[in-house]
Amino acid sequence: MTQLILFNVFNGLIVGAFYALMALGLSLILNLSGVINFAHGGFLALGAYIAYSLLPFTGFWGALVIAPVLTAVIGLIVERVLIRPLYGRDPLYSLLLTFGLAYVLEDVARAIWGAQSVPFQVPASLTTPLSAQFFFLTGYRIFMVVLVAAAVGGLFFILNRTRLGMRIRAGTSDLETVSTLGVNVRILRNLNFGLGIYLAGLAGVLAAGLLGLEPTIGTSLIMPSFVAIIVGGLGSLPGTLLGGLLIGVASGITTVYFPSATEAVIYVMMGIVLLIRPRGLLGEEGRLQ
Amino acid sequence: MSALPHASAGVPANPGTALREHAFTFLVWLLLLSMPYWMGAVGGYTELASRVVIMGLAAMALNFLLGFTGVLSFGHAAYFGLGAYGVAMTVKYLAPSTPLGLLVGVAVATVAAAVIGGLIRKMRGVYFAMVTIAFGQVFYFITFRWNTVTGGDDGLTGWRRVPLHLGFTNVPIDTNDKAFYYFALAIFAACVAVMAFILRSPFGRSLIAIRENERRARFLGIPVEQHIWISFVISAFFAAVAGGLYALLNNFVDPRALRWDMSGNFVIMAVLGGMRSFWGPLIGAAIFVALQDYVSSQTENWMSFIGTFFILVVLFFPRGVLGLIKRRASK
Repeated sequence: MTQLILFNVFNGLIVGAFYALMALGLSLILNLSGVINFAHGGFLALGAYIAYSLLPFTGFWGALVIAPVLTAVIGLIVERVLIRPLYGRDPLYSLLLTFGLAYVLEDVARAIWGAQSVPFQVPASLTTPLSAQFFFLTGYRIFMVVLVAAAVGGLFFILNRTRLGMRIRAGTSDLETVSTLGVNVRILRNLNFGLGIYLAGLAGVLAAGLLGLEPTIGTSLIMPSFVAIIVGGLGSLPGTLLGGLLIGVASGITTVYFPSATEAVIYVMMGIVLLIRPRGLLGEEGRLQ
Repeated sequence: MSALPHASAGVPANPGTALREHAFTFLVWLLLLSMPYWMGAVGGYTELASRVVIMGLAAMALNFLLGFTGVLSFGHAAYFGLGAYGVAMTVKYLAPSTPLGLLVGVAVATVAAAVIGGLIRKMRGVYFAMVTIAFGQVFYFITFRWNTVTGGDDGLTGWRRVPLHLGFTNVPIDTNDKAFYYFALAIFAACVAVMAFILRSPFGRSLIAIRENERRARFLGIPVEQHIWISFVISAFFAAVAGGLYALLNNFVDPRALRWDMSGNFVIMAVLGGMRSFWGPLIGAAIFVALQDYVSSQTENWMSFIGTFFILVVLFFPRGVLGLIKRRASK
């Protein structure tokens, strides 16, 4: 029993890491530009499929490096062409547009790579269990956790230590002042969007190796990411990270005791958080309005 | 252009526009009342006409909140779907009665909306939208997972709508498509009349005041949070009525009725028709339903089509059909 619980907690932690990676990208874009990127799951799938196409040429490691970058480039173009005209308008419009984009991306993936799920090979060195007793601790899973931790660390390094990151943080709290100080806000938003999409692409490659790859892979991960943001606190990136891990572990534990509530439990958590602490666990005050 | 001369612009309309408004409302009703008789001539069928009316009601219900209170809910499919499941499950398990089914479905959805609305009424803008999206998924997963009762992914089958017993006569809404259409239209008319009445009342005016300038509305003593909460519940109530009719129309309901893409469809209907006008969402729904029927019979890539359609509407047509006409007329 202990092993079963451990197994599911660990599973939950991994799933939570995905949610967190997705949600961090969503949060970045939401906080700076006020855009709910509904197509985030579509970009995740795109990243995964690009990696899948690269596998025969570059191998797993090459794909892991190149695919998220290519996805981010597509993200930069999409932001420039489709989303930039909508800044300053009612958030309704950017939401509707990315909603439509999510449809298009999913259908494009289906048209190019087929509706059936395709196998995504990870190197054999990563798939062998590390110990017989803890069979679920394959190298790939450990590797994923490490990589997600590194990505999150890298993100916080960029945000706290680089000029771009400081501008993103400053813009999040007061974009007008940042603009007055001579920062090109258009480029800032563009790069910020690309950074968010890079995280989605990276999550996509990792998810493909763990869950298999099909066109709907993004849709199933985006809703929990919204929940992660709300639970963790609007406007707070550490909160988003915490929210993602929390709901992942919660649904992992629920799988043991009440399997059919695996999905529903995170929404119950969200309801409780909103009831007790409307701004979320680490949310800034006054962000809601 | 709308049934509410003053509601959209906030400027008193002159007698000429008022007359035009009345003429337009008259035209809408004329078209609705005669729809089953000309639908065939333009390549449709009676069931499609019923779908236009039902989706139109759902979009107008959403627009009560979106267009007239200025609050963006992206999760109205939840209440639509709860209404649908309420009807289906009542008819299947409880008693074969159409009115009882509708009553139960609408009651369940309204209670759910009251609870959720109470939790989120302090949120605004994108955050409100995001929380409504997330909450919308709860009911999707419940119906999806609770196979034994809801039929899970396959949907709830094994029930049919039953004739309406009015005491003196039986209305064969189960076998006669036209009878069902007029049954749906009668409910639509009642709902629309109530919504128009609410929007004309002082309460409705204060909702529009909140939309236009929330801070000013607050200073005028309007309890903003409470009003938004009530508006949310009213809007969900009518969405649930539409959902109930939708289940009756199809004699079937599945979890897609309350998934996020359905919520998106309602929003695009409202925007497409013109969310600042009373009748706009109905026109948007008519266009959307007709397109959906036509395109899905022509191509398998319905998703690409509808996705591109969303993008084009947002980029080039954000005011919607009625918004555009109104702008032309005022020039």
